[in-house]
Parts: sequence; structure tokens; C-alpha cells
Amino acid sequence: MNRSALPGLAIATTVLIGGLLLAFTVGRYPVSLGELFTLLLAKATGQTADVPAAIQSVVLQVRGPRVLAAALVGAALAVAGTAFQGLFRNPLVSPDILGASSGAALGAVIGIFLSLNVLAIQALAFVGGLLAVAAVYAIGSAVRARDPILVLVLTGVVVGALLGAGVGLVKYLADPYNQLPAMTFWLLGSLAAANISDLLPLFGPVALGTAVLIALRWRMNVMSLPEEEARSLGVATGPLRVAIVAAATLTTSASVATAGIIGWVGLVVPHLARSLVGPDFARLLPTSAILGGGYLLVIDTLARTAAEVEIPLGILTAVVGTPFFIWLLASMQRTWS
Amino acid sequence: MNIEGHDLTIGYPDRTVGRGLNVALSTGEVLALLGPNGGGKTTLLKTLLGLLKPKTGVVRLDGKPLDDYSIRERARVIAYVPQVHISTFAFSVETVVLMGRTAHGSLFSRPSAKDRIVAHAALERFGIDALANRPYTMISGGERQLVLLARALAQEPQFIVLDEPTASLDFGNQGKVMSEIRALAESGHGVLFTTHDPNHALRAANRAYLLREGTRIADGPVATVLNREQLEALYQATVERLTDPDSGAVAFLPG
Repeated sequence: MNRSALPGLAIATTVLIGGLLLAFTVGRYPVSLGELFTLLLAKATGQTADVPAAIQSVVLQVRGPRVLAAALVGAALAVAGTAFQGLFRNPLVSPDILGASSGAALGAVIGIFLSLNVLAIQALAFVGGLLAVAAVYAIGSAVRARDPILVLVLTGVVVGALLGAGVGLVKYLADPYNQLPAMTFWLLGSLAAANISDLLPLFGPVALGTAVLIALRWRMNVMSLPEEEARSLGVATGPLRVAIVAAATLTTSASVATAGIIGWVGLVVPHLARSLVGPDFARLLPTSAILGGGYLLVIDTLARTAAEVEIPLGILTAVVGTPFFIWLLASMQRTWS
Repeated sequence: MNIEGHDLTIGYPDRTVGRGLNVALSTGEVLALLGPNGGGKTTLLKTLLGLLKPKTGVVRLDGKPLDDYSIRERARVIAYVPQVHISTFAFSVETVVLMGRTAHGSLFSRPSAKDRIVAHAALERFGIDALANRPYTMISGGERQLVLLARALAQEPQFIVLDEPTASLDFGNQGKVMSEIRALAESGHGVLFTTHDPNHALRAANRAYLLREGTRIADGPVATVLNREQLEALYQATVERLTDPDSGAVAFLPG
């Protein structure tokens, strides 16, 4: 083995635990660490907790679902970004490269436009993301080219632009007083509305997609080589690419359906994880997932506490992500070049 | 065992590169593929590897059409050493060589202890086991070429196909790669490589296959095929022949 993955994993886990503690305790209604541990311990052992009812309600009903959703969404986006960066052999790729986010956005704004309920809007967003990527993949494969990867990325960009125009049209047609603010809010990303019923439809696809990617971890190393080289090493690149894209799209679409569009996490976190444990997907994927969960927990806590009103997540991730990424470009080129 | 290309028309969907090509390579011999740029060397190489389907004709591996083998079965018989490149991600040298073991594992498996033993044996054979933990992106071009050779060897193939193995190497490393190619044939591998330098063919190969504008000019033992007239016809350029008076070794100079 080359350098051990343990220190890197330990750092990622520390960030996650720190993020969890921060997210549970900080807010308009502060909860002390002691109260949090007493309550969680009591819940875990099935006893009644000796903490005020208000605190119980804040931790379990108000923050609990949101904290879990943030950790899951962060992990999902980071894992999908890691997978796509490997598959497209490009460290500047993010989970929405194949149109998952723009497809989900169109699905969601159509749902809001039709005044559907929240569950239906989420379902439309999820299906929109999957359909967009399926369409990109179908078109990209139909174009016979020597470099299938490049064609796929370009198709993703083009279809994404078309879907963006669709989003623009729906916003233009929407009722500016009731629907437009809801659309804008959704497009900027937020976990403010996350509740218990969101967790299962989020967890299922994220767990399935992540499990598939982790199972394929060694093949994903080989897939990050040029196409012909991967094939000459015995990897059926075509079917495997479909499996990786499907798994990563599943996790992306599920998280976009729950939290709206949150950029940057899937771009920044894989880099951080790579600098911690190196490029081998066997250790990179779990590290990315853990770190992504912690990262979004910190961002989400900032989003709900930094100002009087909630700051949209998409804006915070961009504000934090941009300087961070410039710093990465300047200092960490060795992790990929 | 042998690889045979029979009456091949090679090329891409939109373009035919070569016609009427017959090529054979047996285990234990080294075949050098020579010819000017754009003459079809790489296309022929990829067709023999099964990376590109012939437009007509058939490639047979051990008498059976290459199409009858799965991608994984193929990778256990034929290894490909591409031109040296810089990978996107900084995998360790050990990981790169372990990738050669992929075809010996299942879809979901990681390299086993046995795979590591095979990979380290390959690293040792080329004298680069000290590099095992270095990032592949941080070693020299000559070292990278040896790492890719070690990866090919880790596939435990019968045949090793190299695309311009000396193209980006310094003089000393070119010699090292030539002697490794000879050693591979001595250990029973069939080796096919493309090169721009007829002297490399003279140095490392038993046979040479001369390809110009998609047509075979000559195919035979290097000593008979590689002469001034053939090379001038192949490259459409003047060539000078030198002979070492002591050893009798022959070399060619262009221009």
C-alpha cells in the first residue's frame, strides 16, 4: 500500500461530526452539547430524556430532519461529482455536467407552475433529472464519434442550455406574486422545508447509487484512463459507463429534488477528498461522501444562522466555493496534473 | 499461439486507411511495424488489438475470430502499451500496474494479494520496484514507459503490442526499451511494436512489416527486408547505409 487512507478518513469524519454537532446546537434556539447528548442517549436507550420539551422538539422535529437531509444531500452531490470527474477524466466536472440539475429544475418549475403539491414537485424534479441525462446519453451515443466522452459532455452542455431556456420560459409565464418567488427560491437551493417525509425518498436513491459506485470502485480507476486503454485492460467501457452515469444521476436527481439546485459541492469536495486520500476510488468515494455531508452541514448551518433571513444554499456554496476553488487551482495542481 | 490478420481492410466509419493486409505474429517473436506518418500503422495496430473492427477481413487469435472473445478474455491474452501519456489523476505507480490485473478479477473485485505479488514481480523485472509508491504523474517519461510495460506484463498476456514505445524517450531509455522487448520475446511473448526508426527494428525485431499509404511494401526477416532500396521506397527519401567494420552491425541514416 502507498500512504495510508486513515489520516484522511479521520479528518473527513471529524468534519462530519463537527458539522453534525454544529448543526444540532447552533441556531435561533441554542441547544447545549450536554442537552444534545442527554437527549440522544435517552432516545438510543429508549428512556425518557431529562431535557425540556422545547429542546426535544427543536432537536428531533425541527433540526433533526434538516440535519440528516443536509448530510445526505452533501454526500450525494460529492459522490456524484467524484464519479463524473473520474469518468470524464476532468477535474473541472460537476454532477450537473450531463444536465441532471437543469432537467430537475425544469421539472420543478413546471410543478410549481401547475400548482402541484410539494411531493409532486419533488417527483417531477427527480424524473426531470433522470430524463434529461437519459436524453443526453441517447443523443450522445447516436452521434458516432471517435471520442464518445467529448460528445457526451458537449451534448450535456447543449441540452442543459435548452432546458435552461425552458426554465426561463416557465418563469416568464408564471404568476409573479405567488409562483415566481417559489421558483426562484427552489432554483437557489434550500433545506428549510426538509421534513421527515423527505428522508426516505432521498435516502433510497442516494444509498442505491452510492452502493453501485462503491461496488465498481476498482473498475472506476480503470475507467479514468483513456477509452482504448481501459478496453485493452479488459473493461467493457460502454456498459460500465451507463452504470456509472445512472448511479451518479440517481444520487444527483434525488438530492436536487429535495434541496433544489446546490452547485459547487460536487465540484469542490472531490478535490478536497482527493488531496486527503489520493485518487484511488476505493478510498476516495467514502471519503468524499463523508466530507460532502460535513461540508453541506456547515454551509446549511451558516445559511440559517448568518443573517436575519435564510440565505439560499446555492448562493453560499458559490460564495464559499469560488475563492476556495481558485485557491485549489493555484496550490493543488499536483493532485491531478 | 498466434494472431493473424487475414485480408484486412482497415479504417474508420468515414475513411478507409488500408486494404489487403495480411499480418501474422507468433509467440516468441518480435514484429516491427514501420512506415511514414498516416500510413496506417496505428490503425492496423488497433485493429489487431480488437479496438477497431476491420471493415472487411478477419483477425484470428489462436485460430478463432477475435470477436468470439470477450473484452476480458482478450485482455488476458493481448496487452496494449499505449504511447506514454500523463494521466489525469495521480495514481501511484503500484496502482497503475495493478490495473493490469483488472481482467483477472470480477466486476466488483479489487486486486487480491496474488495480484499484488504479480504486479510487484513485474515492477522488479523492469527494476522500478522502488517507484511503487510514487505518483505516476511525478516520474520521468522513461520511467512511465517502463511502468506501462510492467502493467502489460502484469496482465500475464501471450502478446504485447506497443505503440511507438521509443517515441518520447531519451537515447539511453530507447536502448533500455529495445532490450526489454527482446527479453520479452525470449520469455515467450509475441511482441508487436510500431516505430519511426528502422534501427530500432534492426535492434529489437525478428521481422519487419513495411506499410505505406495503407499498402504492404514488404514483410519478412529484418536482415532481408530492411535495406536501402526498401527504406527509400518506404519513406520516399534518401537513406544511407552504414556498416560497422568490426561487428558487421548495420545502421541507416536518413537524408
